[in-house]
Amino acid sequence: MNAPVHVDPDTDAHRIPLDQIDVSDPRLYQQDVYFPYFERLRREDPVHYRKDGMYGSFWSVTKFKDIMHVETHPEIYSSDAKLGGITITDRPMQYRRSSFISMDPPRHDEQRKVVSPIVAPANLNNMSSIIRERTCKVLDGLPRNETFDWVEHVSIELTTLMLSTLFDFPIEDRSKLTFWSDCATADVNAGGIVNSEEKRLEILSEALQAFTGLWHERAARPGGYDLISMLAHGEATRNLVNDPMEYLGNLTLLIVGGNDTTRNSMSGGLAALCKNPAEYQKLRDNPALVTSMVPEIIRWVSPIIHMRRTAKADAEIAGKQIRAGDKVVMWYVSGNRDEDSIDRPNEFIIDRARPRHHLSFGFGVHRCVGNRLAELQLTILWEEVMKRFPRIELMDEPKRIYSNFIHGISEMKVRIPA
Amino acid sequence: MPTVTYIEYDGTEHRIEVPVGKTVMQGAVDNNVPGIDADCGGECACATCHVYVDAAWLDKTGLPAPGSQEASMLSFAAVTQPDSRLSCQITVTPDLDGLVVRMPEGQH
Repeated sequence: MNAPVHVDPDTDAHRIPLDQIDVSDPRLYQQDVYFPYFERLRREDPVHYRKDGMYGSFWSVTKFKDIMHVETHPEIYSSDAKLGGITITDRPMQYRRSSFISMDPPRHDEQRKVVSPIVAPANLNNMSSIIRERTCKVLDGLPRNETFDWVEHVSIELTTLMLSTLFDFPIEDRSKLTFWSDCATADVNAGGIVNSEEKRLEILSEALQAFTGLWHERAARPGGYDLISMLAHGEATRNLVNDPMEYLGNLTLLIVGGNDTTRNSMSGGLAALCKNPAEYQKLRDNPALVTSMVPEIIRWVSPIIHMRRTAKADAEIAGKQIRAGDKVVMWYVSGNRDEDSIDRPNEFIIDRARPRHHLSFGFGVHRCVGNRLAELQLTILWEEVMKRFPRIELMDEPKRIYSNFIHGISEMKVRIPA
Repeated sequence: MPTVTYIEYDGTEHRIEVPVGKTVMQGAVDNNVPGIDADCGGECACATCHVYVDAAWLDKTGLPAPGSQEASMLSFAAVTQPDSRLSCQITVTPDLDGLVVRMPEGQH
């Protein structure tokens, strides 16, 4: 392995030969020791080629402005599933499932437009009262003076409830959505239940089956405002059910996108506030700061570690020659700490002047469709938390998952003093 | 200096002097006009500085060229109209003195 994380990462990140740095090693994220590697790359080799790394050969794009360049040139930097899609892992061809995030324009545009009205401003207004009601109920039910897992009791519970509403999925079965979401993104080497692509497909086939039933039910009645009804009645997607692998691809995209990222922002946001008590005090003194704190949390957490593209033509990024066919990886975790684009990037500051200037949602045609819904859920969570709890104590370091794609927190022990 | 009038979704008007050469988006952001988020900072990469251009000014501001990056990003914005523009793509000129733009219900 090329990133020996059992030594002091600070020393190692600066001593290791540049061409040996492999920021794709999932242990760097699991152990939360990736920062010095990216600091060095941004300084010494901001567009960095790693030959034969753990996930093959690839370019790392580490600066904010270079990531923006790749994001805004989809005609060169493709998301097409057949070329490799959006993650650094090259899945065997038969397991490459298309979805609108792993398509290029114009097909991407047609499919995306079918589902985007669900997060239109008027719909968000409609959703906010149910989100607040649920958030209050979950927070009021939390134990006092007792250690509990914030991930399980708050982050997963709230985001899975939201997801079941978006799909109009039976609420009593909602834990399946969390399970499928985790299976869809699990690294096969993480030591979990998904230890091969065959196993992943076997589990996700259960999701496909359940959602195929829902599709036929929704297709048979007039259009509704849930995601499955929208797909079943959408001009560009009404035959999607006949292409099960593409239907499954889109389902997993919507399940992961609508769930995992917000979940980890709910967990990572609390960790940031616990470690920066002066910032939490600032919020309690001036609750209106929640509107700038939420995007700062999303920057700070960077719930998606990277997005991948594949060059369709020879091109140049910051003076480096990229060849057609090369794998190009945009490290959001790095761009979000780029001192040339973000003032004091290594500080968590809830009242930044331009807090939304971060990469966590991506930019360009693939920019997160649910970004304002994510912000709404987080805003309501923190409004209700600060009303109730003057203090929440972090009892242990958050446990992070083995992944170079999802910046996941699997467990976070906290205590709310009575 | 040219004046641009920004009208919020609730009808609140803001008359702002915007230097020639700046964009309509920058004029709003520099003066804390609510309703224009401009997440990407003017790279035409997010569609959160979406405005409706007043009919009287459409000839002067023009519309995004079909197939342009602006047209592409706008196609993902919520509640677009035929007079929709991304305000980061409208550069203020002496000709645009008096320009009126309206903000949508929300940016995303």
